[in-house]
Amino acid sequence: MGAEGTPVGRRVVLGMLGLGALGVLAGRPVANALAALGRHVPSGLSGVVPGAQGFRFYTVTDEPTVAPGDYRLSVTGLVDHPGELDLRSLAALPQTRLVRDFQCVTGWRVPDVPWTGVLLSDLLDHVGVSDGATAVTFRSFDGVYTESLTMDQARRPDVLVATHMLGAPVTRAHGGPVRLYVAPMYGYKSLKWLGEITVTNHIDAGYWELRGYDVDAWVGSSNGRGDAPV
Amino acid sequence: MLVARFSTAQRWVHRTLAALMGVCMVTAAALYVPAVSQVVGHRIVVADVHVICGVSLLGPLAAGWFFSPSFRADVRRLERFVPADWQWLRAPDRRSGRIAIGKFNPGQKLNAAFTLGAILVMLGSGLVMKYPQWWPLGWRVGATLVHDLLAFAIVGLFLGHVWFAWKDAEARRGMRTGAVSRDWARREHPAWAAEEPAEEPADG
Repeated sequence: MGAEGTPVGRRVVLGMLGLGALGVLAGRPVANALAALGRHVPSGLSGVVPGAQGFRFYTVTDEPTVAPGDYRLSVTGLVDHPGELDLRSLAALPQTRLVRDFQCVTGWRVPDVPWTGVLLSDLLDHVGVSDGATAVTFRSFDGVYTESLTMDQARRPDVLVATHMLGAPVTRAHGGPVRLYVAPMYGYKSLKWLGEITVTNHIDAGYWELRGYDVDAWVGSSNGRGDAPV
Repeated sequence: MLVARFSTAQRWVHRTLAALMGVCMVTAAALYVPAVSQVVGHRIVVADVHVICGVSLLGPLAAGWFFSPSFRADVRRLERFVPADWQWLRAPDRRSGRIAIGKFNPGQKLNAAFTLGAILVMLGSGLVMKYPQWWPLGWRVGATLVHDLLAFAIVGLFLGHVWFAWKDAEARRGMRTGAVSRDWARREHPAWAAEEPAEEPADG
């Protein structure tokens, strides 16, 4: 065929590569706008509209697993009664139900997720916080993922040690059997596979915070994002 | 009376690419659509299969390019629009056989270019999503957006591709057996039918 004609194919490929690169480098505001738009999409469609769908499962580890019967939540640090809580002990504490959105820092948001569990505040009261404690750190039971909250943040009435979400025990993919749910902050604060709570007197930057995310992860006023607060 | 349209090598490139793309789309549904995610589960395995098949899409294309002269020749045909192509796009009677279209019509040329571009952009954005720690944090958001939007475009293109194949048994036969009837070739690709002798292409 030689070189007669116009190289339309090459232009299409190069144009797509250019647009793709532009989207990767500058797509964040567009993704935010789509996420905002997604909140007005009827829920039946939300699974098939980009930016408006349900949970995406991110994990920095292979999903760790533990049999519910073997699960123990270790509570240590500046507390009066350090120790381990199994699922039965957690169920024996006052239960709180929240129906709140889950907002990821990458843009997706799941509206009106039902969460049930023990308010972190109630758990802290249960073990007794010592004088001088100013922060709480969290670790996943495989030891890989860490997070932290100031004591004031940890005491909020919308911060939950969740044993149930979406009307059932928290699944392994969602971070079961026990995960954290920090309603007013981006999803990376809501640590999955919660294994250890340490009451301390300083904030340790968490897994993603060491990689650039904000330590105070308020939805809508951190990480350069403008999402509606949860 | 038959005309050779696709060599064995070309048909295997098409089959392999189609199978890999199929696995990519099925695993994508299992990763992206919550209802499907819940039924399928095994998220890490599904994600690994998705990534492996996605990267493997380059395999049949590279093999075709390096080992099959007939594949290379058709890539060159697909890349360029000749004057008849522009005329075909504008003509209301583009299927009448009046316009001297070559081996591929401009719709097929655009489809081929879009497919290659889409594979490359999906690979690039997928790389950012797979290894977010290698890039600035904002890129992950952009890459996710690009990967999602392009996935929807690819599904649309795939449905169109299947629709056109569904409507045209002779075109399907060309890709299945390698040969088409001369009548079909004269009607759909007159300029190509005129230049093509009734025999197999040289390479296998």
